Amino acid sequence: MWKFVLQRSVSAVFVLFGVSVLTFLLVFFTPGDPAETILRQQMGGQTPSAEAIEQFRANQGLNDPIPVQYVDWVLSILQGDLGQSYHSDSSVTQLIVDNLWPTFELALAGMAVALLIAVPTGVISAVHKGGRLDYGSQLAALLGLSMPNFWLGYLLMLIFAINLSVLPTSGYGTIDQLVLPAITLGTGMAAIITRLLRSSMLEVLDEEYIRTARSKGLRERIVVYKHTLRNALIPVITIIGLQFGYLLNGAVIIEIVFQRPGLGRLLIDSIFARDYPIVQGLVLVIAVLFVVTNFLVDVAYRYVDPRISFEGAPK
Amino acid sequence: MTEPLLSVENLHTHFETYDGTVHAVNGVSFEIGPGEIVGIVGESGSGKSVTALSTMRLEDPGRIVEGSIRFRGTELTTATDRDIRQLRGGGLSMVFQDPMTTLNPVFTVSEQIVESLKVHDNPEAQTLREYLRIPFFHDRTDWRKKRERVVELMEEVGIPNPAERLDAYPHEFSGGMRQRAMLAIALASEPDLLIADEPTTALDVTIQAQILKIIARLREERGMSVVMITHDLGVVADICDRVIVMYGGEIMEHGPVEQIIRNPQHPYTQALLECMPQGTQRKEKLETIDGQVPAQLGGITGCPFASRCDYTHDICWSGDMPTVDCGENHQAKCCELQRVNDGENATHSSNTGGTL
Repeated sequence: MWKFVLQRSVSAVFVLFGVSVLTFLLVFFTPGDPAETILRQQMGGQTPSAEAIEQFRANQGLNDPIPVQYVDWVLSILQGDLGQSYHSDSSVTQLIVDNLWPTFELALAGMAVALLIAVPTGVISAVHKGGRLDYGSQLAALLGLSMPNFWLGYLLMLIFAINLSVLPTSGYGTIDQLVLPAITLGTGMAAIITRLLRSSMLEVLDEEYIRTARSKGLRERIVVYKHTLRNALIPVITIIGLQFGYLLNGAVIIEIVFQRPGLGRLLIDSIFARDYPIVQGLVLVIAVLFVVTNFLVDVAYRYVDPRISFEGAPK
Repeated sequence: MTEPLLSVENLHTHFETYDGTVHAVNGVSFEIGPGEIVGIVGESGSGKSVTALSTMRLEDPGRIVEGSIRFRGTELTTATDRDIRQLRGGGLSMVFQDPMTTLNPVFTVSEQIVESLKVHDNPEAQTLREYLRIPFFHDRTDWRKKRERVVELMEEVGIPNPAERLDAYPHEFSGGMRQRAMLAIALASEPDLLIADEPTTALDVTIQAQILKIIARLREERGMSVVMITHDLGVVADICDRVIVMYGGEIMEHGPVEQIIRNPQHPYTQALLECMPQGTQRKEKLETIDGQVPAQLGGITGCPFASRCDYTHDICWSGDMPTVDCGENHQAKCCELQRVNDGENATHSSNTGGTL
């Protein structure tokens, strides 16, 4: 186990080094001079003078050679300092921390909704393959997959918040404000997981050990929920993990529709505002989150499938 | 003969495919007495495995369309799921061909044996809470109590150091050990009849002999009956009392092992015996049966072996073949049996190495 953690940590370092170089350089390839943009904004739309721009560049260290700027940047990141936002008074670290929890909360709730829908539906669909329940759930999955998030979000808002007045339309902070965004987010994912689980279940149901389980006299319920589901979940876990990683990037559309804070929203806003320190910090944090979720998926994988050992080669 | 333990009568099992109906088993009848060990022999596609699966009512996706299977007086073709569970949990057990794929890879060996013990205790009390493995949810007190019994069973089937291997996963076992574990699963429900579907085919020769020995010993100790399905006549000769030779979903010949090996009546059995390498001298060409097993789409009229038989005549191609008595408890299904017996020396002594 520890050897496995160590191996993954070493590879994570390389991944993060690559990501940090790329995000750092990205800023130099984007059009528009940040110094000019920021000063123009600070001066209320007026074009800043050349001296003012030069002054700003010198203060922010923008005139140093690129490798020097990179090393400075990495060193301060290692101390937890992701820099200062160009526009607001908050530090980038503070902004990201503030927005991390809302995103995490939404991702978790959305995933819970998705699994609550997808696991029973996928199982029932596979067990009744070709039957009405199967066609029904396949149709529902197709619908869930093809409905755009923002549309479903507004639809739910219209029904539950405006017509029925049982839930708030938007905002962040309370549990009831989380319900509609979580359902909106969970539906699309549920559709993907349902279809995956269905095909995975069908494959496992054909395995010979399922026949062995039946030959023991086990009830169909035990055969399905113990012997089949456990095996069918193995490939699905990868997808769930990846999806969760994407959710942590922030579900931008949902955050905007429901007026929630979150990493995705912060990222979009910062890109439009050319607030590069935030963009850089966010990309880096998102990369870390991805590496961590992937690691957790690998651990979960090994927990569910005993044939995969932590040492790599099968025992 | 005393009351048979299992009696199969005129069994027909079909598979619906996109190309048509496959008649996998076509009017098979036989009986198994208590304590008997009976071999079912045939090539791939002869319907022997489907016969066995039908007996366990595991024929899905096939369907039993005709006939009757009675086990200890219970009709299985019309039995409810509940009755079938009862029987699988305490009367009928099956061991399958490839131990690499017949054990669930994500559960420990003991877990899979205990399941069988628990079903045997009470086939109707299978709660998710007791069977699922979900931390904080499951209740496994009874499972821990059964571990001693698992050790006994593992010992009985010849797994060394069973106490240390309780929590091993199937992938940590070799093929032979897995097949032993499979046997332990089958024995946990104290079966009266063990159906072994080519239990040694996927194993190497030394392990084969060990597994056969264990099965023979268990049958002796427990007084259970065994149906041994195989394509290897050597296995049959070693341990079986009687043998059923199947071809094209039908029984070709049926009788005591001694008689069938020494004095086969049906041309198919004769051909099969000639293919055994033991009868061939070194450097001599290995004997084969020309042609292929017929595709059983839409059923076969006449004798299924007609296309490959040395004695085929016009009448072989249509109608039902008669089942002829040719000795005590010995029958062969052939319409040309007289001619086969007369012509035997002339046609065949030149082909075989002579001895058998």
